[in-house]
Amino acid sequence: MATGIRDKVVILGMGCSRFGERWDMSAEDLMVEAFQECIQDAGIEKNEIEAAWLATAFPSVHVGPSAAPLSIALRLPNIAVTRVENFCASGTEAFRGAVYAVASGAYDICLALGVEKLKDTGYGGLPEFGASAGPKNFFTNPGMTAPGSFAQLASGYGAKYNVPDDEIKRAMAHVSAKSHANGAKNPKAHLRKAVSEEQIMASPIIAHPLGLFDCCGVSDGSAAAIVTTPEIAKKLGKKDLVSVKALQLSLSNGYEAGFNEWVVDHFVTTTKASVKAYEEAGIKNPREELSMIEVHDCFSITELVTMEDLHLSKRGEACKDVMDGFYDADGGVPCQIDGGLKCFGHPIGASGLRMMYEMYLQLHGRAEDRQLEDPRFGLTHNLGGFPFMNVCSIGIVGKYEG
Amino acid sequence: MVGIKAYGAYVPRKRLNRMAILQNMMWLAPGLISAAQGERSMCNHDEDSMTMAVAAARDCMTGMDRKAVDAVYLASTSMPFVDRQNSGIMAAGINLPEEGVVTADFTSALKCGTTATLAAIDALKGGEKDSVLVTATDARATKTAWFYEMWYGDGAASLLMGKDDVIAEFKGSYSVSCDFVHSYRGAGAQFDYGWEERWIREEGFTKIIPEAIKGLLKKCNITLDDVSKIAYPCYLSSGVHKSLAKRIGADPEKIVGNMAAVLGDTGAAHPLIMFLSALEEANPGDKIIMASFGQGCDALLFEVTEKIKDLPARNGIKGAMANRKEEGSYTKFLKFRDLINVEMGIRSEAPLQTALSALWRNRKEVLGLVGGKCTACGTPQFPRLRMCVNPACQEIDTQEDYEFSDVPVTIKSYTGDMLAVSVEPPAIYGLVQFEGGGRTLVDFTDCELSEVKVGQTAKMSFRRKYFDESRKFPGYFWKAVPQT
Repeated sequence: MATGIRDKVVILGMGCSRFGERWDMSAEDLMVEAFQECIQDAGIEKNEIEAAWLATAFPSVHVGPSAAPLSIALRLPNIAVTRVENFCASGTEAFRGAVYAVASGAYDICLALGVEKLKDTGYGGLPEFGASAGPKNFFTNPGMTAPGSFAQLASGYGAKYNVPDDEIKRAMAHVSAKSHANGAKNPKAHLRKAVSEEQIMASPIIAHPLGLFDCCGVSDGSAAAIVTTPEIAKKLGKKDLVSVKALQLSLSNGYEAGFNEWVVDHFVTTTKASVKAYEEAGIKNPREELSMIEVHDCFSITELVTMEDLHLSKRGEACKDVMDGFYDADGGVPCQIDGGLKCFGHPIGASGLRMMYEMYLQLHGRAEDRQLEDPRFGLTHNLGGFPFMNVCSIGIVGKYEG
Repeated sequence: MVGIKAYGAYVPRKRLNRMAILQNMMWLAPGLISAAQGERSMCNHDEDSMTMAVAAARDCMTGMDRKAVDAVYLASTSMPFVDRQNSGIMAAGINLPEEGVVTADFTSALKCGTTATLAAIDALKGGEKDSVLVTATDARATKTAWFYEMWYGDGAASLLMGKDDVIAEFKGSYSVSCDFVHSYRGAGAQFDYGWEERWIREEGFTKIIPEAIKGLLKKCNITLDDVSKIAYPCYLSSGVHKSLAKRIGADPEKIVGNMAAVLGDTGAAHPLIMFLSALEEANPGDKIIMASFGQGCDALLFEVTEKIKDLPARNGIKGAMANRKEEGSYTKFLKFRDLINVEMGIRSEAPLQTALSALWRNRKEVLGLVGGKCTACGTPQFPRLRMCVNPACQEIDTQEDYEFSDVPVTIKSYTGDMLAVSVEPPAIYGLVQFEGGGRTLVDFTDCELSEVKVGQTAKMSFRRKYFDESRKFPGYFWKAVPQT
């Protein structure tokens, strides 16, 4: 009976481009930037990579379809390359492909790379997805944007737990302020200035009640990982291996927006995927055992609700935990220690791998000013879609114990 | 006994204060002051003659059997399509059966509403039809800085014509049909072109309407003493409208007000709307004349029956007029009618082509808001997929059609989105739960963000969701209207 892939695959090397408005770089250029750091960190030759996975979510505004862009940009030696997309969880999806390929014994060394160049659309915010959602959705979906659809969580959560609007607004502001304080220490982040809660609450409204600072920005970036078996890593002389403890994925099935129960207060998928991830990783008490988490803070309200979905905060208590500083850098479970999507922006295909990059650096003691003391387990939560229809991809990494 | 079984009406909630027009255009046309009193109804950005027609038809069909309708006539001089049957879209909007129903468009004259009514009566009397739904609607384009913009309003009215339980019996009609061109709109033109108002009054209204009414009285063998109310439109000033009473020879008390101060002239719908305003106050035995004007005049006589007391309550004209929100922005009116060039940003350039094959396959869901109800577990669901949404069921192909359009909803979540493309930001949308089961994410309309709350009720409304400007194709779907 399958028990998952805990400790079957380790990360040999990782790379991450500088995220931001990289006007002078194409997506192909960014892929090389991330890959170069990754392969040098891995200490192997390019022709040792046997298969690769590419994550792009909006290829129509940059590299175009298929996995060919990765193969061409990196001049890969005619190996298997697969393009994957799962909304904003695409980055972790590429990682998943590479990890499972190694865990299955199909390949020894695999590459996962995510890239997105969103700044050629000519306007701010994510590309308009109405017409690309298929004809039926075009006829019937409301004219929604990402901020608007996630903003729904505020009214739903507030109504369910009787939390006044200003309390939610303040908790959301704390979430963003905390991330900005962390991101200020990260040379690869797009936004590197600390921002106060007051500034955040006073910022112009994007989609009620989310203000400008409750929303992550749109930027260009790329991140990559090379994975292999623990045995091969040891043979290559690697020490303090960072091992994949769990990878779990959960997809909505129409229940949220079609059945009569969900009240727009939580993510069904995250709630379920996290349980499976903890089981696969052997984590019994996540609130105690997780050293650090990178969650999908596309919008501050998403991060707030996710704390409960990850079973770290009790239902209805996320605001309290946030305001207590439990998720701050010096709290019980530091969240977004690298600055999160909030400071990096969200080049979609890259984000899941950028989250993994910070967990990897932290576990290797290479996180510089952001370094946490002796981290054991790191969790990445990469969410795509909308509260009512989404993809939740959870990864847990830690020190190899085998 | 052929006549009216039921009626319905719809007027857009927004009412443009005529002073807003004057204040903006007085520099060019100071004469507009003479028409600048009161307010005119104004379609919201997501409304047009079709959406109003569906709303009026739904109101009309309250408590009536939709499956019994065997003909649908739609009358308008501002139809969204020149080729694609407009009455067919309307029929789909109220989920009428496709088998055994005749649909027909009546157009090209302001009297087409009464002409459609006459055609329905002929069909009923001839025995070919038993239940005919007649709807008249207009939302006409007008140029700025002339009187038409002030005189016209947007609105729709529906009459269900039948043979049993009629609330107003048809007693007779008389038509004058002549090529009197008070104004015209050539094919492809956007705006009406009218001639001198004095001539229209002297040679048109003053001569043609009395002639038709005289003919009606003679044909029905009655005098004006027998008639309680006379409803005829006249978009020229209210003074002109009232002065026709003398020409007709009628007591001014019997003339139905043309609602210029609160609505404006609604074109093809206006004779029906004015008639309904009288019918709603009438008593059994009252005789009411409905007359039109536009290349002639159709005059119809109805007598109210006892059955009017049994008619299930509906919005009608009274309800439609009471649902009112003042609009003080003239530029908003101009943008909603696409008369000014507003920069909507690159985000608004998304392709809008309609996949007709997909629209056909999904027409019940898209136009009729028809979902499914699982026969295995009883769960209503929208949209209807082959597999039931109930996690405890998930049976395949077990659902029957389930109409959601008239089911009230409760708001479960919402937002006001300043990023989404909108001509009246913020774009408000959220998750709504249908009473009895089913839910969907939907745009909200006819509301302010400050009015929307979780737990609030709303009603579904047929709206124009998008307009493909390059192909002149409106796309329709449903939105929720929060009830305050």
